[in-house]
Amino acid sequence: MLRVIVRRLLQLVVTLIALSALIFIWLRNLPGGPVDALLGERATPETRALLTKALGYDQPIYVQYGKFMQRILTGDFGNSIRTGDPVIEVIGRAFPATFELALAAMIIAVGLGIPLGYLAARWRGRALDHLTVVGTLLGISIPIFFLGYLLKDVFTQNIHWFPPSGRVGIGLDNTNVTGFFVLDGLLTREFDAAADALWHLILPALTLATIPLAVIVRMTRASVLDVLNEDYVRTAEAKGLRHRTIRGRHILRNALLPVVTTIGLQTGALLSGAVLTEKVYNWGGLGTLITDSITGSRDYPVLQALILLAALVFVVVNLLVDLSYAFIDPRVRVR
Amino acid sequence: MTEPTTQAGTPAPRRKDERPDRGNVTRLGDRKKARLEELAQASAGKGGVSLLRDALRRLRRNPAAIVGATIIALFVLVAIFAPLIAPHDPVQRFDELTSRLSADTIPGPSDGFPLGSDELGRDLLSRLIYGSRQTLFVGVFATLIGLAIGVLLGAIAGAFGGWVDNILMRVTDVMLALPALLLAITLVALASRSSQWTVILAVAIVNVPVFARLLRGSMLAQRESDHVLAARALGVKKRSIVLRHMLPNAMTAVIVQATLTLSVAIIEAASLSFLGLGDPDRDRAEWGAMLGDAGVRYFEVRPELAYYPALAIIVVALGFTLLGEAMREALDPKNRR
Repeated sequence: MLRVIVRRLLQLVVTLIALSALIFIWLRNLPGGPVDALLGERATPETRALLTKALGYDQPIYVQYGKFMQRILTGDFGNSIRTGDPVIEVIGRAFPATFELALAAMIIAVGLGIPLGYLAARWRGRALDHLTVVGTLLGISIPIFFLGYLLKDVFTQNIHWFPPSGRVGIGLDNTNVTGFFVLDGLLTREFDAAADALWHLILPALTLATIPLAVIVRMTRASVLDVLNEDYVRTAEAKGLRHRTIRGRHILRNALLPVVTTIGLQTGALLSGAVLTEKVYNWGGLGTLITDSITGSRDYPVLQALILLAALVFVVVNLLVDLSYAFIDPRVRVR
Repeated sequence: MTEPTTQAGTPAPRRKDERPDRGNVTRLGDRKKARLEELAQASAGKGGVSLLRDALRRLRRNPAAIVGATIIALFVLVAIFAPLIAPHDPVQRFDELTSRLSADTIPGPSDGFPLGSDELGRDLLSRLIYGSRQTLFVGVFATLIGLAIGVLLGAIAGAFGGWVDNILMRVTDVMLALPALLLAITLVALASRSSQWTVILAVAIVNVPVFARLLRGSMLAQRESDHVLAARALGVKKRSIVLRHMLPNAMTAVIVQATLTLSVAIIEAASLSFLGLGDPDRDRAEWGAMLGDAGVRYFEVRPELAYYPALAIIVVALGFTLLGEAMREALDPKNRR
C-alpha cells in the first residue's frame, strides 16, 4: 500500500512539473505580455526595457523557469502584477471563499444525490424515478451561469428570500478569523453573522451543485439498479434480513464504489463551475481571481499559481479517491 | 434517421465480412484452424443479427432516441435553411428598433419583429434562427477537431503500446490534470486575441484526452481479442490489422462519445462567452455568445435576451445527450436480447 502511494505521488509530481513548465513557457511567449499591460501602449522603449529587466523577463526562459521553481519550493510564487502583493497572499485571501462555496455545493450534491439516486432506482419506473431522470438530464444541459441568473432573478428580485450577491450583508460586522465566514461566525459566537453568511451561501452553492448533483444522482441510480439484480441481494431478501441491513450492507456498500469515483471527478466540475458561479454572485474567491487575472491585465504570476493549485487539488482528490477504494471495498487491490 | 446514427452503423458490418477466409487456414496448426472455423461460423452462420442492426432496432424503439434525433434533425434543418426561415437580416440594425433603445429599455415584440429587438436594435428572432448555424458550426468543429487529434493519439498509443503509449498517456495526464473549463479558459487566455477559432480550438483541445483515452482503452482491449489474433495468425499486415480490424471496432464508442461531446461543447462555448473570453465579433449570431454576453448583461432590462438563446441551447444539448445515451445503451452488448 505504502509503495503504491509513493509511486502515485511521484507520478503526480511529474505531472505537475510538466504542467508548470508548459504553462510557464507558454505564458511568457505571448504578445501583449505583462510589461505592456503594466505600462500601456505608449511607453517608451527605455522604460519598457527597464521594467522587463526589473521583472527578470530579459533572461533566457530556462533560467527564469529554474528560478521560478526554486522560489516555488520555498513557497514564493512572486508578486501579483496588478496589486503588487505576494501571490500566495492574494490566493490565500480568496481561497476560503471558494472552499466554503465548493464544500457547501458538494454537501448538497452528495447529501441529496445519493438518496435521490437510491430512491429512483428502488422505485424504478415510478413518478419519482421519471422526475429524477428528466431533472438530471436538464441539470447537465443547462449552462449553470444562466441557472444562476435565473435563481437570482426568482429568489432575490421576485420573492426576496435570499440576498442577490456577495458573501455577507452590508453593515454586518463579522470578525474575520479563518476566512470561512460561516465558521467564523460560529467561532466568535456571532450567530447572526454566521446565519447571514449561510444565507448568502445558499443560492451560489445550489447553482454550483447542479452539475455534480445531476451526475451523482445518475451514477447512483445506475449503480444501484445494477446491484439490485445481483443474486446476493435476492438471497439476502430471501433470508428475511431486515430491509435496513440489506440496504446498507448489500446494496449501498456495493453500489457506492463507482459513485465515489464520480464524486472525485466532480471536484473538477466544482473548480470549473466556481469560476462561473463566482462571477454570477460576485463572490470574490479564486474563480473571480482567475477571471480578473485574464481579462483585466494579464496577471501571469497569479494565473500560473492558480492553474497549478487547481491541478494540484484535482489530482490529489482523485488520488485520494483511488486510494479510498481499498477501504470501501476490500476486494480492490490498488495498483 | 440523422447523420450520427448512420455513421455509427457503417464500420462494424464491414469488419464482420472480413472475418477469416477459410481458404488460407490449411497451413495453420489444427487447434488454431478449429478455432478460426468456429469464429467464422459464429459470425456468418445461423442467421444471427449483427450487434449493429440489433442496436439500430433497439434505437428505433427507444422514445428517448427518437426525441433526441428529432431535435437534432430540426436543429440541422433550421441551420441549413436559416436564410429562408428568418424574416430579416440578422446583422441589420433597424431604425424603428434602435430609436426605441435606451439604457433601461429594449423593445419587445412589435409588428414584423415577433420576438422584439436585441441590445443593438437587430431582430432577435432572425438572430436566433441564424444562431443555429454558428452554434452548430462551433459545436461540430470543436468536437471534430478534438475527435481527430484524440483518435490519432489514442490509435497510436493503442497500436504501438510500450513506451509510445506511456509517453502519450502522460501527455493526456497533464491535460486531464486541469478541469475542463479551466483548461479551456487557460487556452483561450494564452491566445493573444480571442476569436471564434480560439474558442473552437480551446474546447476541442479539452476533449482530446477524452477521445485519446477512450480509443486507446478499446484498442488495448482488442489486442488480445480473438478477431485480432485470427487476423495476426493469417498474416495480415500490422497496419491493416490496426486500420481495418481494430479501429472500426473502437469507433462506435468514439461516435457515441462525440454525440455527447457536442452538447458539452456548445455549453462550454457559452461559458467562455460569459467569462468575456468568447468570440468578440458582435455581428455574428451564436447562441452561446448571445446568452453569455448580451443575455446576462441585459438580464435586468430584458431577460428574454437570455431566455431564448438559453432555451435553444438547453433543447439542443438535451437532444444530443438523449441520442448519445440511447446509442450507448443500444450498443451495449449487455442489453442484447
